[in-house]
Amino acid sequence: MVAKYDLNDDTVVVVIGTGAGGGVLANELAQKGVKVVALEAGGRYLPEDYVNDEWDSFGQLAWLDARSTSGDWRVAKDFSGLPAWIVKAVGGTTTHWAGASLRFQAHEFKTKTTYGDVQGANLLDWPIDLAEMEPWYEKAETKLGVTRTGDREGLPGCNNYKVFEAGAKKLGYSEVHTGRMAINSVEYDGRSACQQTGFCFQGCKWGAKWSAAYTDIPRGEATGNLEVRERAHVLKIEHDASGKASGVLYADQDGNQHLQKARIVCVAGNSIESPRLLLNSASSMFPDGLANSSGQVGRNYMRHMTGSVYAVFDKPVRMWRGTTMAGIIQDESRHDPSRGFVGGYELETLALGLPFMAAFLDPGGWGREFTTALDSYENMAGMWIVGEDMPQETNRITLNHDLKDQYGLPAPNVHFDDHPNDKAMRAHAYKQGMAVYDAVGATRTFPTPPYPSTHNLGTNRMAENARDGVVNRWGQTHDIDNLFISDGSQFTTGAAENPTLTIVALAIRQADHIASEMGAGNL
Amino acid sequence: MTVQTKPKGMTRRQLLSRSVAMGAAFVAGPGFIAGSDAAWAMETTALQPASMATLIQMARDIYPHDRVGDEFYAAAVKAYDTEDAAPEIEAGIAALDAAARGKGHASYIETGWERDRVDILRGMEDSTFFQRIRGGLVTGLYNQKAVWPLFGYEGESFSQGGYIDHGFDDINWI
Ligand SMILES: Cc1cc2nc3c(=O)[nH]c(=O)nc-3n(C[C@H](O)[C@H](O)[C@H](O)COP(=O)(O)OP(=O)(O)OC[C@H]3O[C@@H](n4cnc5c(N)ncnc54)[C@H](O)[C@@H]3O)c2cc1C
Ligand code: SF4
Repeated sequence: MVAKYDLNDDTVVVVIGTGAGGGVLANELAQKGVKVVALEAGGRYLPEDYVNDEWDSFGQLAWLDARSTSGDWRVAKDFSGLPAWIVKAVGGTTTHWAGASLRFQAHEFKTKTTYGDVQGANLLDWPIDLAEMEPWYEKAETKLGVTRTGDREGLPGCNNYKVFEAGAKKLGYSEVHTGRMAINSVEYDGRSACQQTGFCFQGCKWGAKWSAAYTDIPRGEATGNLEVRERAHVLKIEHDASGKASGVLYADQDGNQHLQKARIVCVAGNSIESPRLLLNSASSMFPDGLANSSGQVGRNYMRHMTGSVYAVFDKPVRMWRGTTMAGIIQDESRHDPSRGFVGGYELETLALGLPFMAAFLDPGGWGREFTTALDSYENMAGMWIVGEDMPQETNRITLNHDLKDQYGLPAPNVHFDDHPNDKAMRAHAYKQGMAVYDAVGATRTFPTPPYPSTHNLGTNRMAENARDGVVNRWGQTHDIDNLFISDGSQFTTGAAENPTLTIVALAIRQADHIASEMGAGNL
Repeated sequence: MTVQTKPKGMTRRQLLSRSVAMGAAFVAGPGFIAGSDAAWAMETTALQPASMATLIQMARDIYPHDRVGDEFYAAAVKAYDTEDAAPEIEAGIAALDAAARGKGHASYIETGWERDRVDILRGMEDSTFFQRIRGGLVTGLYNQKAVWPLFGYEGESFSQGGYIDHGFDDINWI
């Protein structure tokens, strides 16, 4: 029986957002017998609803509320109203994600210590380390069914991967494989094996790719402890006279507002909406927004150093056939300052369909230089670059009081300037990526600029000291005991790896902590 | 392309014979435009047929694909043929023709070489009109399912059980 809680029930834990962080947290808490109300701005879409068409799917799932951009990043010019590509749906961006699931490296939890002072970067060590995270990573890998972890086999290589692998080997790279993916190579956990349909970004119609939408959410509901309210958009977190979170105000699908009382509030709206919600919840007691005594709410916005390299060959590749992200080169992910930058990056294959390729290959480009590239679409291979970017205090989410969302609330502005370290790393990665394809006979290569951010991180960062960040080692805000942050905005630094495995591992760990603190009467 | 007025009661053949050839399409009177090879035809309601013909040429010059027929470009810009959009589009076309005359041509569509037309477009690349047309084409042209096979793109495979048995790893030259 799916639970149903009263708006005045102040014994429930309210989770805001049901993506990688919130969806997993809600289920894990429910499994432990905790009463949970999860509020999700989006609707519910399951594999039978997913549309294997790039723009139709984007229209179905993407978060398209008003947003603005500023800063020197190219996204602000090419996609000024769409700083990030994220999902508004039950299951959040885990419907869209490609499934690459990598653990952080040990030094990436300790960047201040490892990299030293980097001018203009607000580096900080995480208050936790890899050894502490390892058991949680293992639980996360088991939950997601990550290939090449445990006894799970890797996926077979598709055409796009084969080109990439051959180039990588010619170049002398050795850590090259079909990735650690939350995509089943064989049937696992009641979900089918990957059928290489090639629309991982549009929601996997086979359920072969893990998404909270059809795993954690229904399982949590099956316990009878979790109520998911869809199309429930949270506008504000309320607090009582003592400064503790007391409930959340949300709008239902008809725009009617309700106040759900809460014992604990966990925020997991992804790294733009989460800080925005804290800022929009300012009160006379907390004039700078909730949990913002450090002034760090919304700051240190990270999006990974990214870019893509596409290449054209004299023969067909047909990269769209098969998994969207089908393999990885990890040799460059090490920290090796002799390359001219701190931190490292991963190279991961990526395929776009013709409609997205036209939009993203060279945004704004036209004329024959552009169209002859698309004429060779069938002969194209592609990869994505993902590397550690530097946290900067001035890269931040602020409230844009001149732009309002559909509820009349200030929209978020996303400001981002590339750090010189990001630029040096991108230049290196473009060179290496193009060399991979040149090694197997590319006739033309394209160093393609970053897309709207898919990885949004760091805007409520974790810090040992309350003055340096927003949350402590458990994702609990330093200022308000019963207010937690449960998504990627907790990240102190971004590491070179795709973030979701770490978001999930932190959510499992946080659920464990919250349940035991509740049991002990501390929360 | 041909643009043509559509007097009531005329046959398609009569229309075509009366038409004035303009580039690859011809205007066949108010409200009607067709491909010179009569392979396609389109009615306009708000835009002047001549403006639609120019718009189609402009679309092709922005995203030239020699293996993609005019009908796809026509479909891509058809959405501008509304009462709301027409005034701005007509003004944009007028500016385009003025720019062409400024470079010694009779009009945009009567500028013979693509390089000369591209030169005219480069001169107005930052205008709202140009950016609106270019931006609209990104989805208007490339998101037409009928155009995908011309690029070799096969689209969805779920209906046939995925690419797992349909060549996901069939590359044979690497
Ligand atoms: C195309 C694409 C490919 C990706 N591939 C990978 C990959 O291969 N590997 C990887 O690790 N990561 C990948 N990612 C990133 C990954 O999806 C995100 O890191 C992850 O989903 C973030 O989790 P989250 O919990 O922070 O937010 P989300 O998963 O985005 O969930 C946030 C949820 O909160 C809801 N919400 C927001 N505000 C409110 C509000 N006010 N009220 C109610 N609900 C609200 C949203 O609707 C959403 O459902 C990819 C992302 C994209 C877009
Ligand atoms: S390629 Fe595999 S994981 Fe991706 S959508 Fe298809 S079946 Fe799902």
